[in-house]
Amino acid sequence: MADFFNQAREAAAAAARADKARGARGEGDEERQRAVPWVEKYRPRNIGDVAAQEEVVQVLRKSLETKNLPHLLFYGPPGTGKTSTILALARDMYGPDAARARVLELNASDERGIGVVREKVKNFARAAVAQGDPGYPSPPYKIVILDEADSMTTDAQAALRRIMEKYSHITRFCLVCNYVSRIIEPLASRCAKFRFKSLPRDQAVARITHVAQAEGVVCRDGAVEALVDYAEGDLRRATMSLQSASRMVQGSALDTDMVAGLVGAIPDPVIQGLRAAWAADARASQDAVDALGHAGYPAARVLAQLHDAVVADQQLGSLQKAKIAMLMARVDKALCDGADESLQLLDLMLQASQIAQAA
Amino acid sequence: MALWVEKHRPATLDKLSFHAGLTDHLRKLAGSGDLPHLLVYGPAGAGKRTRIAAVLREIYGPGADKLRVSQRVFETPSRRKLDISFISSNYHIEVNPSDAGIYDRVVIQDLIKEVAQTQQVAAASARRFKVIVIHEADALSRDAQHALRRTMEKYMGNMRVILCSTSTGKIISPVQSRCLLVRVPAPTPDEVVEVLNQVAKKEGISVPPAYAARLAEGSKRNLHRALLMLEAAYVQQYPFAESQPVVLPEWEAYTRDIAASALGAQTPARLMEIRKQLYEVLAHCIPPSTVLKVMALHLVDHVGEALKPEVARQAAFYEHRLQTGQKAIVHLEAFVAKFMSVYKRHAMAAAS
Repeated sequence: MADFFNQAREAAAAAARADKARGARGEGDEERQRAVPWVEKYRPRNIGDVAAQEEVVQVLRKSLETKNLPHLLFYGPPGTGKTSTILALARDMYGPDAARARVLELNASDERGIGVVREKVKNFARAAVAQGDPGYPSPPYKIVILDEADSMTTDAQAALRRIMEKYSHITRFCLVCNYVSRIIEPLASRCAKFRFKSLPRDQAVARITHVAQAEGVVCRDGAVEALVDYAEGDLRRATMSLQSASRMVQGSALDTDMVAGLVGAIPDPVIQGLRAAWAADARASQDAVDALGHAGYPAARVLAQLHDAVVADQQLGSLQKAKIAMLMARVDKALCDGADESLQLLDLMLQASQIAQAA
Repeated sequence: MALWVEKHRPATLDKLSFHAGLTDHLRKLAGSGDLPHLLVYGPAGAGKRTRIAAVLREIYGPGADKLRVSQRVFETPSRRKLDISFISSNYHIEVNPSDAGIYDRVVIQDLIKEVAQTQQVAAASARRFKVIVIHEADALSRDAQHALRRTMEKYMGNMRVILCSTSTGKIISPVQSRCLLVRVPAPTPDEVVEVLNQVAKKEGISVPPAYAARLAEGSKRNLHRALLMLEAAYVQQYPFAESQPVVLPEWEAYTRDIAASALGAQTPARLMEIRKQLYEVLAHCIPPSTVLKVMALHLVDHVGEALKPEVARQAAFYEHRLQTGQKAIVHLEAFVAKFMSVYKRHAMAAAS
């Protein structure tokens, strides 16, 4: 009997999905469909889809089978799938419909002071569990996801301590953050910690290639790799760049130069030109800095790329490189404080050329 | 009577005169009926605003030009009322967050929420989304930028954000990664000359080529400034003489004089004089960091090769101090004093 109902429900769900797909292809909805960021569109739907992070996935799979879940603490650099993983887990656990009632998600754009923890979180945590969807494991507890938890105040975190313990029979917490050190010790010790590592390059490339194919973006050789490299292991950023790129190219193929322009990278000849100016007199440096300003390249980016060039430079000795690195650190700090870009760059160029010429 | 800068501002993408490649990209973007969030950056006077206006016009048609100024009252969490005026058309809103000071977060949040929650009702309306243009986005506080972050994703169906700033350095990376970066470099001197000639033609005057070239040079490739300078020169003396001096802003000439007088003598008496002059410049609301920059560049140009790195270093150091510090005059004066000491020591070492 139960099987029969399940089948009927599954058939209905399948029909609804097909309808949706048809609707998406229809003219009227196309515009709205396109407005969905690909980051949301290609979020993993279930736990098996999560790229990399094998250990985490394995542990969570086990917990799906045994219906037992500890409090969780996910940490790692941005764009590695922390939020996606917990959302996918909730989906697998409760089914897409019941998940809405059983999961409370709060992130940094919501108010999350101590008042909210006391009111909203507590009320949610102590509510009884509703009937689950029989087609899914539906363990008898709810999940509270606190995204970007490292931006919560210490007070708000402290208020969570007792709530977590008291209602642990009907509620599990999942804290998601970038820096585990910002989570107070009592909270961290109540959770099972999982570190999300930066995505390996080949897996990120595979993922972006998949998205590009699904969206019909034609990529030349190396374009996807360039996207991934510029994103520095952040899959969200790479996906976002890809979406922007697709609008820019409109039909023609995407190549590495376009990618570089898109993410605001500075062409290599410009950086080489700066490097060459070190060997010449002060006038050359001044002109180079002026040209940078006119071209509108952001100083922080110039600094980053120049740094990479210096590290790889064969003509400079170790001592010179070390001196230049110190100089760059000083300039970077000043830039972060909002100092004038052209003066800082001029300083950097003139000092560096002194160091380079000292030999 | 409008200034020439406003009067001859190109209204459509077709009329833009330089950066043809960029214009092409923008036309593709606008033509596709959809627009990502944009972050437009480049030096002053390169044509960022003009391009944004042209893109809006391309998307929405002439309706985007019908601007009106409206006022809104925002309430801060501390119950203070803020009166903010902004420019809007039926399709877009332009805000300048620096009007709101430290409460820019409230303005951003309220405004975006309001726009995001109202859908375009008329089915015939050109687009589903409205556009919010944020000028001087680098002046946005970090709080405001963090507030933008999630809303930019969540309400993408109903609105697009176009940020306009001189540099991307002060825009946090999560916001940057949600935008398509559009770099607008400064026009080359030749392009400036070309635009000057076009404007002159429309006004029915003629500009000698040599003078136009000098205007382009003097404006430091800032088109906005070049046009203003042309108009100023026209008012001063019309048939232009080949040798007519390029009118530099008064404060700039004055600031250069200050630097020159620091080069002239390095004594406490001279320092006291310079202090008075610096106060004078600051009293005219010239941003202190600009003052320091103009002085520093003048000094670097006029000292010996060996001394240049040191002067540049001190300038960068004191400009940084200026940004993090409170009182501008202290740091400006410190820079001048430091320069004098460095310069004199060097001169004495050379003499002995």
